[in-house]
Amino acid sequence: MAEHDVARRDFLVKAAQGTAMAATGGLLWVYLLKQEARAHPFALRPPGALAEKDFNAACIKCGQCVVGCPYHTLKLSGSGSDLPIGMPFFEPREIPCYLCPDIPCMKACPTGALSPELKNINDSRMGLAVIDLENCLSWKGLRCEICHRECPLKGKAITLETHPRGISKHAMFYPIVNSEYCTGCGICEKACPTTEAAIRILPHKLVQGKIGDHYRLGWTFDTEITQDFKPSDVIGPGEGKTLAPGKAPGQDYLNSGDL
Amino acid sequence: MSDLGGYDARLDALASTEKVHNLSFTGKLWSWRYIVLRRFTQLGILLLFYGTAHWAWQWPEKTPLLSGNLSASEFIGLIPLADPLAALQIFLAGHVLRQETLIGVAIVFGFYLLVSGRTFCAWMCPVNMVTDLAGWLRGKLDIRALFHVHRNVRYFILAATLILSALTGVAAFEWVSPVGMMHREIIFGIGFGFLALLAIFLFDLLILKNGWCGHLCPLGAFWSLVGKAGLVRVRFDKTSCTHCGECAKVCPEPQVLNLKKLEERGLVFSGECSNCGRCTALCPEGSLAFDLRPLIRQHNARAAGSTGH
Ligand code: SF4
Ligand code: SF4
Ligand code: SF4
Ligand code: SF4
Ligand code: SF4
Repeated sequence: MAEHDVARRDFLVKAAQGTAMAATGGLLWVYLLKQEARAHPFALRPPGALAEKDFNAACIKCGQCVVGCPYHTLKLSGSGSDLPIGMPFFEPREIPCYLCPDIPCMKACPTGALSPELKNINDSRMGLAVIDLENCLSWKGLRCEICHRECPLKGKAITLETHPRGISKHAMFYPIVNSEYCTGCGICEKACPTTEAAIRILPHKLVQGKIGDHYRLGWTFDTEITQDFKPSDVIGPGEGKTLAPGKAPGQDYLNSGDL
Repeated sequence: MSDLGGYDARLDALASTEKVHNLSFTGKLWSWRYIVLRRFTQLGILLLFYGTAHWAWQWPEKTPLLSGNLSASEFIGLIPLADPLAALQIFLAGHVLRQETLIGVAIVFGFYLLVSGRTFCAWMCPVNMVTDLAGWLRGKLDIRALFHVHRNVRYFILAATLILSALTGVAAFEWVSPVGMMHREIIFGIGFGFLALLAIFLFDLLILKNGWCGHLCPLGAFWSLVGKAGLVRVRFDKTSCTHCGECAKVCPEPQVLNLKKLEERGLVFSGECSNCGRCTALCPEGSLAFDLRPLIRQHNARAAGSTGH
């Protein structure tokens, strides 16, 4: 082999080795990132947090929101935990978010990962309260309703429904959460007196269904009448003839008095 | 000292080496001045962050003193600070940076542009304390190299950081950075970040000398590029240097102390120098000293003039 062939071969091998190293390293790195970024579905983020993907991109992991929160609600996740590394979250059963009207956590955030678009703390949607109907004291028939009383949006986020109860003269008071108003602050979860909270905050995507656009809830429309059984309009045996009452299709035998 | 290979020159060099190894007690203490100062700034900044987060240190009243960590912070409620590399990654990941972040980046970037980028490494970065310890212990135990890695690998890792941020939609280095991990977990609570630090420590101690900071860390690479023209530099005085080579033995980036290049330039030119001050504190002839770049040329001209070179 000519000398420059050897050199050439060496060079090619070196280049291939370098490329292989870079590719292996790069793939490993991407794998790590994907693992980390696959947000734990139970992470509850501070008020105003962007949607998961944007939040992952935007948060610089500085912890200024943590320092800004006067109630020590927020924590940064440590490495090796099952939450994406270094980002703020809270556990309502320990310390809920007390819905500060001036939203100091959001104001402290330098990146906008906690979006300044949030003007009213009651518009925050950190999660949704969900009641375990089997273990809620009120749903069992006891008079608890603590969650309702503690909820900063009581009467909206949690309402009480009364139901008669069998032979007892006492009514049941069922707390019901309304997603339209619930902020996910978790004050209810903190307050719930059962050993394990019977009301909990979960991220919306874990608990909230979606009915789809093709269902029409006819009774919710006031004006839109979709079927019309006016007897005179149905296809009759001849032009200009009116059917006798009770002769319209579907009505004939029902109204005939034979039944 | 132009006859490099000459007998006299070699004697001079040996004498210098002798001086390095036979320091008096006070001389030794004095030679630790920069390492003491560096620990002071590194731990001091950590303490300010920690005190603000845990003991609600405030100044002025009702304003957090120094809130956040090295990734981004706010000083006395007024001055935003942000890590330029982290911000760049976030930008590439697809998030539009807010004005506050940009101002913070400008302040930090400007500061290190002036004082030399890798001053961050030796004076601010918490991981530096770990790698310094590993390097020191490695020297004591006289552990030989296992293999060789080119020091430019870090620039490729830096490039990969930026590319992967754009590809994956998250700040690629920030999500695995031991620098961020260490600071964050000391200030905001413990995770398993110490395992990453242990890995770096062992890697530096047993596998590759100055392995992490000198070969791999993309943040160090970034600051190397930024601070090339910084003001604070180590000046080199060729008239007094005896070529003992002791400085390169303690320098974590010995390639920057190439004597030939030093003689040409009259200062440590490479951005890879972290202004750690090891060499200046050690040099027995006083040939290496911190100085401001514009003053170095004057100084060297004067020195050359006085010895007739
Ligand atoms: S709104 Fe108040 S209580 Fe809730 S997380 Fe923000 S600072 Fe903390
Ligand atoms: S203040 Fe913003 S950027 Fe910093 S940790 Fe909190 S959410 Fe992330
Ligand atoms: S989380 Fe609970 S307390 Fe908070 S708004 Fe929703 S229902 Fe009310
Ligand atoms: S090279 Fe990286 S880890 Fe080392 S001191 Fe510099 S920034 Fe810190
Ligand atoms: S040249 Fe001197 S100051 Fe620069 S890194 Fe080396 S020992 Fe430290």
